[in-house]
Amino acid sequence: MGALIAFAAGLIFGIGLLLSGMTDPQRILAFLDVAGDAWSPALMLVMGGAIAVALPVFAYARSRGNSLAGQALARIDRKTITPRLVIGSALFGVGWGLSGICPGPGLLIALSGQSEPLLFVASIAAGIYFYRAFLLPRTVAAVADPAGSSVSG
Amino acid sequence: MLLQSLIGGLIIGAGVSLLLLGRGQLAGISGIFGNTITGNFGEGRWRLAFLAGFLLSPVLAYLFTHQWIASNIQLSLPGIIIAGFLVGVGTQLGTGCTSGHGVCGLGNLSTRSLVATVTFMFVAGVTVYIARHVVGG
Repeated sequence: MGALIAFAAGLIFGIGLLLSGMTDPQRILAFLDVAGDAWSPALMLVMGGAIAVALPVFAYARSRGNSLAGQALARIDRKTITPRLVIGSALFGVGWGLSGICPGPGLLIALSGQSEPLLFVASIAAGIYFYRAFLLPRTVAAVADPAGSSVSG
Repeated sequence: MLLQSLIGGLIIGAGVSLLLLGRGQLAGISGIFGNTITGNFGEGRWRLAFLAGFLLSPVLAYLFTHQWIASNIQLSLPGIIIAGFLVGVGTQLGTGCTSGHGVCGLGNLSTRSLVATVTFMFVAGVTVYIARHVVGG
C-alpha cells in the first residue's frame, strides 16, 4: 500500500511537471532572465500553485505528526542554516542557471532518448557520486553541522 | 499557456501532498534520485516506487497527446557536463533542489528551505544574466 501511494505520488508529480511546461529548459531560462526581452512568469505560477496546495496539507500533516497510514513523518530540519546549505544551493544555482534544468525535468527529458539530456543526467549522477565519495565523509565528520547526514530534497 | 503552468503547479502540489500525507515522506527529486542510485531505496522501497511512477508520467501523457517527450537543450557538450555536475554536487551539499526546498520546503514553512531557495534562484538569475548579457551580449 505504501509503495502504491509513493508510485501514485510520483506519477501525479510527473504529470503536473509535464503539464506545467517546465520540462523545457528554455522556459525556465525565460523566467530566470529578468533582464531579457521575453521574461515569463510561468515558473512562479508553477511553484506558487504547488506551494498553495502543499501549505494546508503539510500544516495538517505536521499537526497530526504522522501519515494517514500511521507512519511517522520523515525527520525534517526546518531551521538549521549552515554554510554548506548556502554553498550547495549556490552551486546548484550556477548549474541550473547555465542549463535551465533541475533534477526533475532532467530525468523526464532524458526519456526522450536524446544524447544531451542523457549526458546531463549522467553528469548529475557523477556529481552525486563525487559528493558521496569526497565531500560527505568530511561533512559527517564535522559534528558542528547536525544537518549533514540528511538529504531531504 | 500561463493557465496551464498554474494547473501543472497545482497538480505537482497534489503529488507532493499525497506523498507526505499518505507516506510521510518529502517529494524532493534530487534526494530521491541521489539515494536511489546509491542503493538507498528507503523503507518499503518507497523511493523506487516514486521514481517508477514519476518516470512513467511521459507514457501516460503520450496516451493523450501522441507526442513523445522531447529535449530542448541549447548548450555545448562541455556546458552540459559542467552544469549537470554542479546540479548533482550542489543539490546533495545543499540537501535539495526546486522540488525539495522550493516546493516542499516552502510549503512546509521551512526557513532553511527559504534560505536555500532564495540562494539558488538568485544565483541562477545572476548566472543567466552573465551568460546572456555579459559574456553572450
